[in-house]
Amino acid sequence: MTSSTTTTSYSVRSQQWREFWFYFSVNKTAVAGLVFLIGVVLMAILADVISPHSPTEQYREFAEIPPAWMEGGQMRFFLGTDYAGRDMLSRIIHGARLSLIAGCIVVLMSASIGVLLGLVAGFRGGWVETIIMRIMDTIMAVPGLLMALVLVAVLGPGLLNAMVAIAITYTPSFVRLTRASTMTELNKDYVTASKVAGAGPMRLMFISILPNCMAPLIVQGTLSFSTAILDTAALGFLGMGAQAPLPEWGTLIAENRDLMLSAPWTVTFPGIAILLAVLAINLMGDCLRDALDPKLKRS
Amino acid sequence: MALLEITNLTVEFATAHGSLKAVDQVSLSLDAGDIVAIVGESGSGKSVAMLALMGLLPWTATITADQMSFDGKDLLTMNAKQRRAIIGKDISMIFQEPMTSLNPCFSVEYQISEVLAQHFGGSRGSHKNKVIELLEKVGIPAPETRLKAYPHQLSGGMSQRVMIAMMIACEPKLLIADEPTTALDVTIQAQILELLVELQQANSMALVLITHDMAVVAETADRVVVQYAGQQVEQRPVTELFNNPRHPYTQALLSALPEYAKGKTLNAIPGVVPGQLDRPVGCLFSPRCEHAKDLCHSQPAPRSEGVLCHYPLPINTTAVIQTEAVS
Amino acid sequence: MFKFLFKRLLVLVPVFFGVTLVAFGFIRALPGDPVEVLAGERGVSPERHAELMAKLGLDQPLWQQYLSYVGDVLQGDLGTSLITNRPVAEEFFELFPATAELAICAILFAVILGIPAGIIAAVKRGTWIDQGIMSISLAGYSMPIFWWGLLLIILFSNTLNLTPVSGRLSFLFEVEPVTGFMLIDSLLSDEKGAFKSALHHLVLPAIVLGTIPLAVIARQTRSAMLEVLSEDYVRTAKAKGLSPLRVIAIHALRNAMITVIGLQVAVLLGGAILTETIFGWPGIGKWIIFSVFSRDYFAVQGGLLLIAGCVMVVNLTVDLLYGLINPRILH
Repeated sequence: MTSSTTTTSYSVRSQQWREFWFYFSVNKTAVAGLVFLIGVVLMAILADVISPHSPTEQYREFAEIPPAWMEGGQMRFFLGTDYAGRDMLSRIIHGARLSLIAGCIVVLMSASIGVLLGLVAGFRGGWVETIIMRIMDTIMAVPGLLMALVLVAVLGPGLLNAMVAIAITYTPSFVRLTRASTMTELNKDYVTASKVAGAGPMRLMFISILPNCMAPLIVQGTLSFSTAILDTAALGFLGMGAQAPLPEWGTLIAENRDLMLSAPWTVTFPGIAILLAVLAINLMGDCLRDALDPKLKRS
Repeated sequence: MALLEITNLTVEFATAHGSLKAVDQVSLSLDAGDIVAIVGESGSGKSVAMLALMGLLPWTATITADQMSFDGKDLLTMNAKQRRAIIGKDISMIFQEPMTSLNPCFSVEYQISEVLAQHFGGSRGSHKNKVIELLEKVGIPAPETRLKAYPHQLSGGMSQRVMIAMMIACEPKLLIADEPTTALDVTIQAQILELLVELQQANSMALVLITHDMAVVAETADRVVVQYAGQQVEQRPVTELFNNPRHPYTQALLSALPEYAKGKTLNAIPGVVPGQLDRPVGCLFSPRCEHAKDLCHSQPAPRSEGVLCHYPLPINTTAVIQTEAVS
Repeated sequence: MFKFLFKRLLVLVPVFFGVTLVAFGFIRALPGDPVEVLAGERGVSPERHAELMAKLGLDQPLWQQYLSYVGDVLQGDLGTSLITNRPVAEEFFELFPATAELAICAILFAVILGIPAGIIAAVKRGTWIDQGIMSISLAGYSMPIFWWGLLLIILFSNTLNLTPVSGRLSFLFEVEPVTGFMLIDSLLSDEKGAFKSALHHLVLPAIVLGTIPLAVIARQTRSAMLEVLSEDYVRTAKAKGLSPLRVIAIHALRNAMITVIGLQVAVLLGGAILTETIFGWPGIGKWIIFSVFSRDYFAVQGGLLLIAGCVMVVNLTVDLLYGLINPRILH
């Protein structure tokens, strides 16, 4: 940054990247979030290797063992065991896999459908736009969790159905965002230029316009990723998401809820896992927004 | 003693690419009743210096100066509360964009009476007559009917008049006008300038006029400060400066005026003001200066007789250009 | 003003029909049919099945069913609960005050703490105070509230014994429901200590439900303030020599609020489902969860419509408030 004062020219893209990295890296918390998240991802990938026990194996004689540092705890079950004698640490490590995959799939589904509908709505206008937008308004009129619950009631409980239901409730925000950016971009000269040059509607939509709408979409995607993890856990907690014995974090809290007072660790640690994972993603999302949104930059 | 005394004022901004020197060692001395114009291209730090004086710069700015005093009071050491007692009362400032400088949520009366209530006490309502008087003074017809108007119902010229009324409400000793006419229609520009000079003479206040318009300078100012890339390149009385510019940049600015055009083309200054990343090592104007020599490219320029240049243009005893030609 | 109101109402009409379509489609899309639910485990004979189908109007073509459904809805008939046999609307409005009381207290908690926190963070931008407030609010925003509720119960109810675990009022008291708001009703009644008990029951659920709105409001207030603080008119206000408090409270906040007020009703009602489940709070959130689990589909259908109605009404109110605060929007 200091050396650049004497440089007269370097490529625009590398400057953009450097600028982005500057905003990202000065934010220590965002870097911490990134590092933590990488840790969680590695944990999820290597779950089978690093977890000390199988997540489903029941050590009946060791039920409700407290964490290692508490009285009566054992190093063997570092975070204690649940009512059936399953190792909490192993269950939480395996749960990371489910939560991350759920988050990814929800974002991919809602973003791809949302972006497509948003592009079409912004690009076509007219009655197509009206219909799409009114459908989105309808979805948004119902609180997200309630909508997801109702959808799961129709589809049947289960992790996959929960993901589909949550993805549907997230779609409107992507549609609105894409439509708004598309409409702004549509009026710009470069779009007119490429129209004049004979670009077809597909090319205009995906090659000319879409890349210029990416910044807010990336931010929205990150934020949706974190809320998707929360909502998947909430549905799991209500018994409408992942079903036991799957070690999904929300399900873990639900199945140990009766032990909440006698063995609080069985409820505490899965919750901390959710909180930290979501917080790490939000830290990054926040910083991404600062870095990608020119309005928020320091002048 | 001078009303305003600024010596070696420097303002730096912290940015993504390191620190940016927006104002570099600027000095200014003003007496009551003076009209000084500060001219320069966009980005030359004209407004920033004055905003620093007002204490209106964002937190990213670092202000340093050897001296900055107003009416015998040291602005550098006083606390925020003491400064606020002066700002808006004895020193006030008019901004470039009248349309956005008024709060869209409040009526004209509210916004003007607020400043009166702040500095003279009393409720806002008790100043109603004064507000009408002020609106009349700045040439707003039927002021009583405009009291309840909101900014979005006013034209640009009207908004600027309201802004002026607001800023002269406390009869300031120094008024800073930051490009007060730039955002207005050409026909309105002259009216607003006339109004400012009128008010200046009536109250014998000092006026600092920030502008990039040389014609405005010639018409109104006593003294001119020419600023380039944050530095003061020349500071002299207006007739002297117009008759005999000593800094190549001033000369270039003047010869870029349509009145000086020879033949059918206007003289433009080649290049642009250096930015944060391409600041020259030597004199800041050297890359664009037609008189630049090797020394200019390697050494920062020294200041002598109010001119910041290695090779000031010679003193011309037989002035050919008359100021009248410009106005 | 009326033109403004009319325009907003016009947008709501298609949304209303959209929601009825969703509510209607919900029942048809379910596996099995309502009659089977009604019959439960016992099962019904085919003749009885057909008879019940006819009684519920389920033997008609779909479009006709939808039209008669919308007709019923417009007349205020939202169907009858399959479990309690009472009109859904009646059940809903009986439970609604409990949720409203909880939601109002939650939003008050969020606003009272969130707005000052956001303002302080914006004004002290870049300092450790700003970073501290923003980190805490980000943690609040990332909070799984069902877990947060359990954690607070473990801490305050179990360990410290400060608050009750569930319900709205101790069973020692008998309070006549006048307004449905327990805090008010307990004050109106002559039962000593009832108000204190009601307050004790309310504190934890309100905090839990208010946590995410609190975080969102603090963050939104901060960014709205930062945006407004860089406006020219705020510079003008400072140039007048006004005190920072006045610049912020009068010149910046009023405009900033326009972007913050968005009362987050949808967020609150969604959160109410979880909060009420955890704290055994007898409101619509718990009711709708119970209805989903007991497969009381008419109750779910009616509840869906009524909750969406609440969200629409509140959003409309917020829009109108914007207009009142800022004359620009109306013009």
